[in-house]
Formats: sequence, structure tokens, C-alpha cells
Amino acid sequence: MARTPLGRVRGLGSAKEGTHHWWMQRVTAIALVPLTLWFVVSVIGLVGKPYAAVAGWIGNPIVSVFLILMVIATFYHAWLGIQVVVEDYVHAKAVKITSLLLVKFLCFVLAAASIYSILLISLSG
Amino acid sequence: MASETKGPNRPLSPHLQIYKPQLTSMLSITHRLTGLALAVGTLVLVWWIGAVAAGPEALDDVNDFLSSWLGILLMAGWSYALFYHLLNGIRHLFWDMGAGLELKAAYASGWAVVAGSILLTVIAWAMALGNVGS
Repeated sequence: MARTPLGRVRGLGSAKEGTHHWWMQRVTAIALVPLTLWFVVSVIGLVGKPYAAVAGWIGNPIVSVFLILMVIATFYHAWLGIQVVVEDYVHAKAVKITSLLLVKFLCFVLAAASIYSILLISLSG
Repeated sequence: MASETKGPNRPLSPHLQIYKPQLTSMLSITHRLTGLALAVGTLVLVWWIGAVAAGPEALDDVNDFLSSWLGILLMAGWSYALFYHLLNGIRHLFWDMGAGLELKAAYASGWAVVAGSILLTVIAWAMALGNVGS
């Protein structure tokens, strides 16, 4: 169907959000490349270390900030990714909308819990 | 409603089970599966960070689970899933820029993802197990 001139200028499709979903999936992906590599290498370094070393690492101000950023990017990316999978495979409307809401809520809860824990470790240390 | 909006009776493309499995299609569905697996794996991440916030005893519980046979099996799977999704994700980002879309390049990068994800998993576990011993 042909777009109206106004619709073409706005550049938004039927979902009214244009390429925002697709773009944020890429933005979070690019952010997660260095963040996850740094996290994995760091965690491998913590294997076998006592509690104080683990808490000390997470509580370091710079580490805390980047861990919080990693958590945000991770759950944003996971939410967008699972949303696409649900939209592709779940067709019953009630189940689809319920699953999409549950995924979104769960991602927010897990992100909030992680950030709260990081702040607790960082601010009590 | 459906019959009103239905277009002309065009031939349908063959469904999934008609096609021979190819490297490219297998890597594509594996990307989705590893993504879903990693989303489940975030539960352990949240548990781990929460346990560190709760104290040494809570962290001991997490470590006991992760060093059990089930924990090691899950961590082996999640570590592979992470490296796979990371490398194949980078492959996708190059495609998004319009690079490497030719058949030959797509197969070459596909095999590189397979080899690279196995290699990185082995290196990561060698480093981790080396730290356990030290």
C-alpha cells in the first residue's frame, strides 16, 4: 500500500515505531561485545578466589558502573530478542500478549534486582 | 474476512521440511536457540550477584551448585552458547553493514563461527580450571 506523504516523512510503519526495535537490538549487541568479553575474562580470573576478592571486584567503582551497563544492555537485548521469537512462533493472541508482557516484566525485575545487588556490594564495601 | 483479503491463488513455496539442512540455516536457528538459552542463563548471573550482595554463605551455595555435575554441565552449555551467540552476532552485524553476504563469504564466516566458538570455549575452560588448581 502506498504511504501518504506525511507517513513517508515520518518514516514509521504500521507498528508506529519505525526501525527502533531493530536498531536498539543492534545498539545493545554492539555494547555487549566488549562488555561480555570483559565480564567473562574477569569472572574466569575470579574462579577459585575467596569471597572478599569477588565482592571487592564487583564493588570497585569502575567495575560497578560497567557491570550495571552490562546488566542493562543484557536485559534490554534479551527482551527484544525473546519478543521477536514470541511474535514469530506464538499466534494465539491472548497467549502472545501474555507472554510478551511476562517477558518484559521479568527482564525489568531481573535487571532491577541485579543493579540493586551491585549497588549494595559497591556502597557497603 | 480472510477470504476477502486473500490474494490470487499463487503457488506456495515448499515448507521447511522439504529443504535439505544447510550450514547457514542451521547456524541461524542455533543463534536463536543460544539466545534463548542465554536468557535463561541470566538467572544464574542474577543469583550470583545477589549472593555476593547477601554474603559469603550465599556465595558458597552458588559455588556448590556450579561445581556440581549439573552446574558444570549447565556452565559448559552456557559458555558455549555465549561464545557462539557472540561470534555469530558479530557475523550478523557485518551483514547489517552489507558485508559478507555472498554465498562463499557467508559459508566461510559460518565455519569460522563454528571453529571459533569451540576454540574460545576450550580456552575459557582451560583458564578457569587452571585457576581452580592454583
